[in-house]
Amino acid sequence: MTNNALQKYHEKIAAAATQDMVLNMGPQHPSTHGVLRLELITDGEIIKEVIPHIGYLHRCFEKHAESLTYQQTIPFTDRLDYLASMNNSHIWVMGVERMLGIDKEIPKRIEYIRVLVCELNRIGSHLIAIGTYGIDIGAFTPFLWCFRDREHIMGLLEWASGSRMLYNYIWVGGLFFDLPVGFEERCREFVDYFKPKMVELNNLLTDNQIFISRTANVGVLPLDVAINYGCTGPMLRGSGLKWDLRRVDNYSVYPEIDFDIPAGTGLMGTKGDCWDRYKVRVDEIEQSLKIIEQCLDRLQSDLKRTPDFDPRAKLPRKIIPKAQDYYMRGEGAKGELGFYFVTDGKSEVPYRVKARGPSFNNLSVISEISKGVMIADLIAIIGSIDFVLGEVDR
Amino acid sequence: MIFEDVKQLIIERLGNDVVIGEETGGMQPALLIAPERIADVCLELRNNPATYFDFLACLSGVDYGTDASKFGVVYHLTSIPYQTQLTLKISKTQDRFFDDLPSFPSISSVYRTAEWHEREAYDLVGVFFENHPDLRRILLPDDWEGFPLRKDYVTAEYYKGIKID
Repeated sequence: MTNNALQKYHEKIAAAATQDMVLNMGPQHPSTHGVLRLELITDGEIIKEVIPHIGYLHRCFEKHAESLTYQQTIPFTDRLDYLASMNNSHIWVMGVERMLGIDKEIPKRIEYIRVLVCELNRIGSHLIAIGTYGIDIGAFTPFLWCFRDREHIMGLLEWASGSRMLYNYIWVGGLFFDLPVGFEERCREFVDYFKPKMVELNNLLTDNQIFISRTANVGVLPLDVAINYGCTGPMLRGSGLKWDLRRVDNYSVYPEIDFDIPAGTGLMGTKGDCWDRYKVRVDEIEQSLKIIEQCLDRLQSDLKRTPDFDPRAKLPRKIIPKAQDYYMRGEGAKGELGFYFVTDGKSEVPYRVKARGPSFNNLSVISEISKGVMIADLIAIIGSIDFVLGEVDR
Repeated sequence: MIFEDVKQLIIERLGNDVVIGEETGGMQPALLIAPERIADVCLELRNNPATYFDFLACLSGVDYGTDASKFGVVYHLTSIPYQTQLTLKISKTQDRFFDDLPSFPSISSVYRTAEWHEREAYDLVGVFFENHPDLRRILLPDDWEGFPLRKDYVTAEYYKGIKID
């Protein structure tokens, strides 16, 4: 049982260096969206093999979680997918609440606020995906437009939580604070402002012939490969499957909300190509706006803010779930985010936590779909996967 | 397809000695599988039209403590056509020496996503996977010593001669 995988890897690189060219892309390459290093074995411009090296941003999330209480771990979950922190903490908190058996007692207003901020954050995450995707393949303007619009979301969430990106807003059993007075109205203004901006963005990028030429028929991910590689979120939906855990699991208040699940159709080329994945994100922004409007309707009518409403009223004093294993999954901005808890029933800290990040699994497919492509197309493929290294490395 | 049916199906197709127990106490029941048969069980569950567990959601290596000296791997399978979930567990009692890691069959031939998950379990918990195509460390540097998520892990004081504070 000796492990000679490392030796085999070194031999492979040494052999490739004599025949082909070994090219390092990253960890500081701008199009790798963080500290990802790809080792490319190339024959001229054609890529023979991609060997991803990850771990440059490893911050020992699972090790930390084993020594902190459930409440103390929430700020660490924010730092997994730091572009969609609300979604991470929402799923973590739901998992803990279900283990405690208090998930049915959460007031409706709190649940709607949670969904509202999560969807705002999802839009912010998708805007980054779209904007940086544009800049990766040479379109500078969409990047500026996306960041300009995202700034409004950041401002809203900062108003609610006090922080721009890492919120620590959703707590076990409640929220940090209620929404500030006037948030709903301001949020509605944002939605009205943002809708025409999406039309502009579509005119500029989605239907742009140069953009389509760069992305259509590139990096085609067949559905069976996507499932076998554990791809979720826009990656899986881009390949044509309407699989969204918000509908499958019907958690939180999503069953009361009406929205569609966009999926790739192969409109510009082959089903599951880069353009399809990009388009799914654009469509999801529209669906998220729809969800936000429905949340606002409820929050401004029957679930209105009352002076005596305390979002911390249901916070458990001590969080000690009984001994069990529980796998909680939910739809983060990038796909299925799962937390696997092992608890011993005695202590306030989990015995073992495993975070299943969607980006980790989505990224693992890259060596499969980029065999035989040009180096320039690899950039398009990386951008269309939309991973966040904070979640890949945890 | 519910839990009992899956259990019956595995026993029917692969024999009596494959399922060695079950945990039904929590909210998510788990099947305990004989470690050497896990790849067969996954292949059967994936290909059988009655189950179609085609999606490996999560694979976690677990160290069950220094007293028990038991290591395990937990598989969370999802069936996309049937929208069902299933938990499988395998475990083994083993000493904690680094030259003799607890060893389980790899399921990366069934689910390609397991390739990276198993590398992670090897990297952090120190579980070896037989027939894995490329079992290198994934998150930590190649020359890291020890397995951080083991319960007896002592934080290193030096890394390549540099003091860690």
